[in-house]
Amino acid sequence: MTSVDRTSVATTAAGSDIPRPPRRRRSAGGWLLIALPYAWLIVFFLAPFFIVFKISLSEIAVAIPPYLPTIDLAEGWSNVVDAVGAFSLENYIWLTQDDLYWKSYLSSVKIAATSTLITLIIGYPIAYGMARAPREWRATLLMLVILPFWTSFLIRVYAWIGILKNEGLLNQALLWIGVIDQPLTILNTNIAVYIGIVYSYLPFLVLPLYANLEKLDISLLEAAGDLGCPPWRTFWTITVPLSMPGIIAGCFLVFIPAVGEFVIPDLLGGSDTLMIGKTLWTEFFTNRDWPVSSAVAVILLLILVVPIVLFQNQQQKAMEKSQ
Amino acid sequence: MAKKPIGPIRRDFAPWDDPQARPYIEFRNVTKKFGDFTAVDNLSLKIHEREFFALLGGSGCGKTTMMRMLAGFETPNAGEIFLDGQNLAGVPPHRRPVNMMFQSYALFPHMSVEANVAFGLKQEGMPRAEIAGRVEEMLSLVKLQDFAKRKPHQLSGGQRQRVALARSLAKKPKVLLLDEPLGALDRKLREETQFELTDLQQDLGMTFVIVTHDQEEAMTMADRIAVMDKGRIVQIATPSEIYEVPNSRFVADFIGDINLMECKVVARNGEMTKLHAPLFDCAIEVAQSVEAGIGETVWFAIRPEKVRISFDEPEGPANRLTGEVWDIGYLGDVSIYHTHIAEEETVRATVANRSRVVERPMSWEDKVWLSWDRDAGVVLTR
Repeated sequence: MTSVDRTSVATTAAGSDIPRPPRRRRSAGGWLLIALPYAWLIVFFLAPFFIVFKISLSEIAVAIPPYLPTIDLAEGWSNVVDAVGAFSLENYIWLTQDDLYWKSYLSSVKIAATSTLITLIIGYPIAYGMARAPREWRATLLMLVILPFWTSFLIRVYAWIGILKNEGLLNQALLWIGVIDQPLTILNTNIAVYIGIVYSYLPFLVLPLYANLEKLDISLLEAAGDLGCPPWRTFWTITVPLSMPGIIAGCFLVFIPAVGEFVIPDLLGGSDTLMIGKTLWTEFFTNRDWPVSSAVAVILLLILVVPIVLFQNQQQKAMEKSQ
Repeated sequence: MAKKPIGPIRRDFAPWDDPQARPYIEFRNVTKKFGDFTAVDNLSLKIHEREFFALLGGSGCGKTTMMRMLAGFETPNAGEIFLDGQNLAGVPPHRRPVNMMFQSYALFPHMSVEANVAFGLKQEGMPRAEIAGRVEEMLSLVKLQDFAKRKPHQLSGGQRQRVALARSLAKKPKVLLLDEPLGALDRKLREETQFELTDLQQDLGMTFVIVTHDQEEAMTMADRIAVMDKGRIVQIATPSEIYEVPNSRFVADFIGDINLMECKVVARNGEMTKLHAPLFDCAIEVAQSVEAGIGETVWFAIRPEKVRISFDEPEGPANRLTGEVWDIGYLGDVSIYHTHIAEEETVRATVANRSRVVERPMSWEDKVWLSWDRDAGVVLTR
């Protein structure tokens, strides 16, 4: 490090003059700490992804495994070269030819987006209420939000069948009150899917939002009120913009798994409920078409990765701009 | 101790002495409790228009609660608060014609400096062009024109303080409340800002109410100071009265440095009172009539700068002590001599260091005499 005149640096507005912190040598422990998560990602995400990607470039075959070509490293390098030469994009072309696939994707994104919005509308007041509750209650309320995780996800979704079916709890209650005189058909419709997704993913939205809202400085709300801003407008001009990171994090945590959701549309949805998770399942288990289902999975990943990357880029830019 | 400069405008400003004057802000028997804790205890207070009023006290004395009740963030459990004749009960904060500068500044982090200052004006529904003009005016008032587009986190502490000030002044409120406004600034900047605030308050002709735990801040800026303790006001007076004529040991001790001696009243003769301090074995004569009978316990209080210290024995039988220099605090401008009297007791005397070299300086364990004039100290009965 050269000695930098700190006073001159402090008075310069340009950010480029800020002295760099001295470069420190990483210890072996430091390297291990960084290597561990990368190793985890490579073994459990990148390697499986490449296997799936490879299968998506293969051809369906009546064999075990049910696709060709297979790579057997024992047969030498020429085998690998032959296999790579046999790869084709045929399955991806197929996805564009049959409208089932793009309709499934579109429907999944639509169902996931709608559910995310409903979850946000329900979850925001819950998170807000928790963050504003007396401090001694907060731990209990947090516990209550996490409590459903103690029961199997599958059982909880199953329980909704009992609630939503024609002679289920909900219809019986409504009939008894006298709101309706014919049972409502909810089960096996998209409405049931919405209910299922919103119910299952609510905690994933509430938790990051709560963490954000709890940090919100109350004096900012007081300052807004002091400057003549009524409470409802303070909510929209101060609370919502400042909780945006929490809103975005929560929405992604709901939207991403909801797009690929299989259990909920399968158990609660009807035959006309189109979701990519169901299509993938049918392709894989019923048609035993591993290559096409792999292609479906790769495209699904792309559909999800692109908005996430765009979002992160935008966040990064916003951060750089503000510094 | 910095004293408030008395300018030509302020010399005759004393509406609190006029019984006919209508108070601008009035607390009537206000009580505020948080659970079992009484923050403000049956407190009444009058603040006049264009006054710079300071609420001074230690932490937990209720000063901030007073201000928050005035702004509308807390509701009193009992009593009423009036502003310009209007009862504020039930008026929500956003409808009160007061603005507050928060201790934490509470700047909106997602808005630029400009947008922060414009926030209150937008709520009023002021036309766009007019808002732009007012924002510029406010930013030039606090000398931040060049920082309009910055976000709060891109500013220094002093700059943020100015933005907060500009924002709270933008609506030209009837009353500006300042909650420890200079607490987060370093000493140099604090002193500068103190005088700027006083000038600003006089130029704008607003009523300022400031909450502070810093006695120097209150002394420098305020027209009147209310010293608070445990939810009650102990004394309300001008800075010089608070300093020179404290009404109790609490105020005397809280403001500045003071020597307190427990005494018995020996004789009362009109404007002259004779006391005896048993622990110091000292006869004291004070030019003050005291509301206490012969033999009652009172306290004699004298500021260190009013105590003379010398090697020569002073004249007269009273108002003198002899002792040994125990400790010397050299502060540059002054030195504080801690003198031990009769082994146990200490009396502090401050001496201005007028020249750089002293021929025969006082040193540790020197035998010295302390003395003071009859009108130098005050007698406190509580």
